Amino acid sequence: MSEVRTLVDPTSERSPTLRERVPRLASLEGRTVGLLDISKARGDVFLDQLEQGLRRRGAQVERYTKPTFTKPAPIDLRHEISVKCDAVVEALAD
Amino acid sequence: MEPVTRPMLPSGVVAFVKRDCPTCELVVPVLAEIAKRSKLTIFSQDDPAFPEGLDAQDETGLALSWHHGIEAVPTLLRVEEGVEVARAVGWHRGDWEALTGIRDLGPGLPDSRPGCGSLSVDPTREPELRARFEGGRLQSRRIELAEFEDEQETMFARGWTDGHPVVAPTEGRVLAMLEGTGRSPDEVVAEVPPDLAPCTVEKVAVNAVLAGCRPEYLPVVLAAVEAVCNDTFNMHGVQATTMGVCPVLIVNGPIRRALGMNAGIGVLSPGNRANASIGRAFQLVIRNVGGSRPGEIDRSTFGHPGKLGTCFPENEEDSPWEPLSADAGFEPGTNTVTVFAGEGPRLVVDQLSRDPESLVRSLAACLRTVHHPKMGVAMAALLVVGPEHGRVFRDAGWSKQRLKDALNEALLAPGSTLMRGADGIAEGLPLPEAMRDAQIPKFRPGHLHVAFAGGRAGLFSVILGGWLTGPQGSQLVTKEVKG
Repeated sequence: MSEVRTLVDPTSERSPTLRERVPRLASLEGRTVGLLDISKARGDVFLDQLEQGLRRRGAQVERYTKPTFTKPAPIDLRHEISVKCDAVVEALAD
Repeated sequence: MEPVTRPMLPSGVVAFVKRDCPTCELVVPVLAEIAKRSKLTIFSQDDPAFPEGLDAQDETGLALSWHHGIEAVPTLLRVEEGVEVARAVGWHRGDWEALTGIRDLGPGLPDSRPGCGSLSVDPTREPELRARFEGGRLQSRRIELAEFEDEQETMFARGWTDGHPVVAPTEGRVLAMLEGTGRSPDEVVAEVPPDLAPCTVEKVAVNAVLAGCRPEYLPVVLAAVEAVCNDTFNMHGVQATTMGVCPVLIVNGPIRRALGMNAGIGVLSPGNRANASIGRAFQLVIRNVGGSRPGEIDRSTFGHPGKLGTCFPENEEDSPWEPLSADAGFEPGTNTVTVFAGEGPRLVVDQLSRDPESLVRSLAACLRTVHHPKMGVAMAALLVVGPEHGRVFRDAGWSKQRLKDALNEALLAPGSTLMRGADGIAEGLPLPEAMRDAQIPKFRPGHLHVAFAGGRAGLFSVILGGWLTGPQGSQLVTKEVKG
């Protein structure tokens, strides 16, 4: 066997893409905040509390649920949140 | 690297020879005779000065030999307009006369004599030749090493390994690995989570080299990658969960024996090359192509030593039952790989049960502890029955389904014992009071799986606890292994 001098890359050869974050909201007044329940136990308890707090601060709230916490959110759900909401909170729990 | 086009042969009679071949020496007078009476071109693989006076062409680069499949010298070809129309291998008077149309060749020679191996198929040269002539088939990025760079340190630094040394994926080794399948290197096998990166046959082959596979193992690794990369198995969740499961590969069909896999003593131990390297290659694909690494997308609290690779064959020959692949509808005798999201193996010791009723109760008592004795309903498990336990069921004439039914029946428990707070334990199922008397199953129906393997001595079986199953979790998947 000849000496090893060239290797074949075993990876996907992908480079991560860095994206700018959306600017932080200056105020919640009149803005729509999505609350995404990933379907873990008691995630709804946490989000109920959060919804009350957000509404007190003048925000509108949209509630969303992933079909299961074990899989990524379906693309249609991600798209809907992105076009309807100004901000989103994703809730883990247990 | 540019693909090398196949070099053309000159028309007429063409001979491949080497000096280091007694048969080639023997036929020099015959070649001289042919040269007088026909258009003859001689290619000499090791010394262009041989045979003297016959104006041999320099074939030390072996390009023609490689591309035209010369396996022995002397080889005589008849070529018409660049196309080979006849071939004679070694010295055989009748064949050479028929090919050249010249009678009474080599009057003082024996009628025939076998040749020697062509340098183009010499095992010490083949990997380098394959890389030179077929390297253009590979699309992956090449990484050049500096003169004093240690390839192992480079591969560790690049994060390609599981913490153990790997075999350096040279072009020659990757191309040799690809000989293990008839599939095209650029065929996309699957999109591998979590990055959902398209994974080609070539990328699987590169990782199979890293893992130490032989080329004939490659089809099993390819099938395993296909088996996990779908919504049913849910590789994303299996890899991302804080719990501790990993894909367990179970191989069925004649390929188990063809690859020399171990289904007997120490079936789950390291030591058998096929068991170990197929499982490892699969895991390296998930790591290197899917981009899953502990602490990143792999969030498992404790991890799992089986993530180095867990792969074993069923012992179909001694099993009382049809193979695991038959549970998925495959005919016995089909080569398949089944994937199950499993925890590490835990032994069940029962050395006294001699009837199936007692043994079932033992196995059920141990299966009840998977995850937590008070959890159940949506879970899965794989029970690997050992030969001495299997004998108890065989002697009693129990089918696999009867065993599963009996286990599920024995595992039913009243809600009152499983609810949160019961037995002074906060953990438990979130059951309403109305279900105190309901009989609750441990496993989701159809998700207690049974396989057969292990050494012949020892009244033991093994449990591999599962994960959340059904459409919300990970379900067992069986794929056919194709060439």
